[in-house]
Amino acid sequence: MLTYVTRRLLYTILLLAIVSLTIFFIFDLIPVDPARLVCSKQCTPSLVEANRHRLGLDVSVFEQWWRFMVGLFAGRTFGEEGIAITCAAPALGYSFSRHECVTTIVSQAFPYTLSLALGAFVLWLSVGISLGVLSARKKGKFADRAASVFVLVGTSLPTFITGILVVLFIVLQFNLVSPLELGNWHNPVTEPLGWLQTFFFPCATLALAYAATYTRFTRSNVIETSSEDFIRTARAKGLSEKVILRKHTLRAALAPIVTIAGLDFAGLLGGAIITEGIFGLNGLGKLSIKAVTQTYDLPIIVATTLIASAFVLLMNLIVDIAYAFIDPRVRTS
Amino acid sequence: MAENILELHNLTKFFPAKAGGIFSRAKGEVRAVDGVNLTVARGETVGLVGESGCGKTTVGRTVMKLYEPTAGRIIFDGEDITNLKRQEMKPIRSKMQMIFQDPFSSLNPRHTVGTIISSSYTIHGIEPEGGVEHSVRELLTLVGLNPEHINRFPHEFSGGQRQRIGIARSLALKPKLIVADEPVSALDVSIQAQVINLLDDLQKEFGLSYLFVAHDLSIVQHISDRVVVMYLGKVMEMAPTRTLFENPRHPYTKALLSAVPIADPKIGRSRERIIVQGDLPSPVNPPSGCVFNTRCWKAQDICRTAVPETIQIAPQQTVACHFPE
Amino acid sequence: MSKFLEVTNLNVTFPTADGDVHASNEVSYSVGLGETLAIVGESGSGKSVSNLAVMGLHNVTRTKITGSAILNLSDGPVDLISASPETVRRLRGKEMSMIFQDPMSALHPFFSIGDQIAEAWHLYNKGSKSDGIKKAIEMLDLVGIPDASVRVHDFPHQFSGGMRQRAMIAMALVNNPSLLIADEPTTALDVTVQSQILKLLKDLQNEFNMAIILITHDLGVVAEVADRICVMYGGRIVEDASVEDIFYRPEHPYTLGLLNSVPRITSGLSHRLRAIPGQPPSLINLPSGCSFQPRCEYSSRVSSGACTESVPALNDKGSGHLSRCHLDIADLNDLVKDKA
Repeated sequence: MLTYVTRRLLYTILLLAIVSLTIFFIFDLIPVDPARLVCSKQCTPSLVEANRHRLGLDVSVFEQWWRFMVGLFAGRTFGEEGIAITCAAPALGYSFSRHECVTTIVSQAFPYTLSLALGAFVLWLSVGISLGVLSARKKGKFADRAASVFVLVGTSLPTFITGILVVLFIVLQFNLVSPLELGNWHNPVTEPLGWLQTFFFPCATLALAYAATYTRFTRSNVIETSSEDFIRTARAKGLSEKVILRKHTLRAALAPIVTIAGLDFAGLLGGAIITEGIFGLNGLGKLSIKAVTQTYDLPIIVATTLIASAFVLLMNLIVDIAYAFIDPRVRTS
Repeated sequence: MAENILELHNLTKFFPAKAGGIFSRAKGEVRAVDGVNLTVARGETVGLVGESGCGKTTVGRTVMKLYEPTAGRIIFDGEDITNLKRQEMKPIRSKMQMIFQDPFSSLNPRHTVGTIISSSYTIHGIEPEGGVEHSVRELLTLVGLNPEHINRFPHEFSGGQRQRIGIARSLALKPKLIVADEPVSALDVSIQAQVINLLDDLQKEFGLSYLFVAHDLSIVQHISDRVVVMYLGKVMEMAPTRTLFENPRHPYTKALLSAVPIADPKIGRSRERIIVQGDLPSPVNPPSGCVFNTRCWKAQDICRTAVPETIQIAPQQTVACHFPE
Repeated sequence: MSKFLEVTNLNVTFPTADGDVHASNEVSYSVGLGETLAIVGESGSGKSVSNLAVMGLHNVTRTKITGSAILNLSDGPVDLISASPETVRRLRGKEMSMIFQDPMSALHPFFSIGDQIAEAWHLYNKGSKSDGIKKAIEMLDLVGIPDASVRVHDFPHQFSGGMRQRAMIAMALVNNPSLLIADEPTTALDVTVQSQILKLLKDLQNEFNMAIILITHDLGVVAEVADRICVMYGGRIVEDASVEDIFYRPEHPYTLGLLNSVPRITSGLSHRLRAIPGQPPSLINLPSGCSFQPRCEYSSRVSSGACTESVPALNDKGSGHLSRCHLDIADLNDLVKDKA
């Protein structure tokens, strides 16, 4: 087990390095010149050159990457000649348009994204799995058919439609949440009700599509697992159907869900652009979209891209380790 | 014309075994086939027997060049095919064919029976006398199926019938050698007999040679002229069928024969039973010396250290043992 | 004198897209303590289905079962067919156990061998977790697993095929049932391992005085271990006799056909196998009359033509040897002479 974990850890670190380097290469290849965008109409060659220097784009891609990596651990100083700003570790860059360390900007946006991702995650897992198990047990009967309608609706409606419908009808029409309150931050620990008010509907909107998929997935897994030989053996032993379902069937059927759920969650940690936009949440999604479409704030764009990839890679690692706990065949191969 | 249709000289096939460790290097190998020597004469049936992990299936597939041999030589119809590449093997493949174990997965479910059988002609670009369809119908009749069913799909046939389709397919190009990999194991007992009789008849009619890979000794005894007994990648004993079954000289052969259940209560319950202890060692880490030493009741020190030579212990009977019976 | 399990007129039917499958038709058999009954048949003969129904392992909603299967327990008989599913469940693993063909897929891949055995024990015994593991070690020892105290924590994929089957046997016997149903227990195993397992079953039977029902298609295995044999074909029992009667004095053309079609190590070489022509019948559309008739060489000898019209009854032609055939005694002697 330990060798397995160590091996996966080393791979992940290696991958993180490669992915981050690739991101820097990609941004270097993009035909947009951020140094020019910052000054737009008033660009002069020397101004562009100064911008390029400020943004750190006048060195090789490797050098850019290396400086970034060092900055992650040791902090970094941006600019010079008296206007130098130091961002403490982990330094993700400096946004000249907002005059702030990117790390600060990101850490203000992240709680929104995390709340949204976590809330949606809990919702879609609990609804998806319970509905899936119910459908499997009552296969062919009314509950199963009703659930499949839900699945159809959930997977067909794109988030932006669901989100707008939710805002229009539930929030505005029935005034469950005051429009002024939409998108306000409340600490979930100290102000749980406020937090719920802000996040319940966005989480539910986001969770709908996922819940539908997970319902279908759970249902088919449970049905398939129930016909396995080892379930027949469990029955032959004299175990009750309840115990068989809970202990034998579910554990085998839900194991693959660990992988999928982890990766879905990781994807959301990079930001849910549409949902955040509709509900006015200032999370990483909104941040990155603004940085691309409104200001082309390269440091923010690079940072959010790197964060999103890092989350996916880390969740990959966590999921693999979790799976090794669940399925002994993985550990001892 | 060479007397032997097939000769295997020191045939070896190792597969890399993935290992643990941080960097997952290939650590060690699965020694599936380790130095096998055997011949199949024209018109002869050689039975290749052994239990799981003995390498008999790998031998069959390596002979067909479905696997590339790690070492050793394969001489087919006088020609050394060991190192022939895929393109060069193509004309050879029309002369050697294979019948597979599972009649349910070895036929493409989306092809009609006619397509399956005629695929051999299509692949080799051969136009048989009388046309493809005529030949396919003839083959169907030959294997005891109704030629009117030429446009049916595999799922419309029973297991035994599908196996017959597989046989018809293998016969299309009039091969000289057929490697049959457990052709009747997946069939019901009463159907097994039908297919075995068919294979017998076809051999007589076309002068086919068979390399018959199986674990069921009763069937092997019935159909083979000579038998090769394998264990953990090595040949333990080789002899004409009658000799092997009446006078086995290798302890493993003896144990194997005594373990085969006999459909006769009086004989079955009164004979000497040798119950072999323990489990099969891993082919990644076979025992040193004689591979059977860990389970052999006669094992001595030399058995643990020295690989026994294959000796000719009787006319046409060879044994690889330090202390043959 | 009643035997431990007495199955009478068992009918098992279940619906499929193509029609109702009559998997088991008026099947009757019995087995006593210390006795081994072999139920022999090919695929589609109904041998497994009948026993799954007896154990209550069939699909309760879709399968229709009539008849009776009486378990003569020490505190009174129980009819497994008419009893509630809960009653039958409480007998599973305790008075009757079943082991299956493929031990790899029959064991849960995520739980250790010890946990799975202990789970069976905990169901009917009070004790702590370590008590359960101790019992599991004891059982693994009993079935001949070396280093049981270490291997009890291993997972199924770490055991070889033979060892897995031993572990299955250990799990089935942990609560000392009086009946063990073994459904093709050695079919997936190598022949040397098979003889080990068969010997183990025999030894355990002697030690615990169990009744064993062995379901198989292998006549060799049956000759080695069975006391009594029921031959099934097309969902019906066609012959029911002692092991010697079946092998030396068969009274049904199908039994005879089976015996002739199996190659024997002991017989001389290369006499042509006498195969039974045709295919086993579909259980959805059973032929009218005797289900073996389409493949039978002897039906022409039945002058009344009864073979195509009526299903023969299971007759006792003397000394507890039952067979389901219209042929009369005179023709029977020809049958035996035909035997290879």
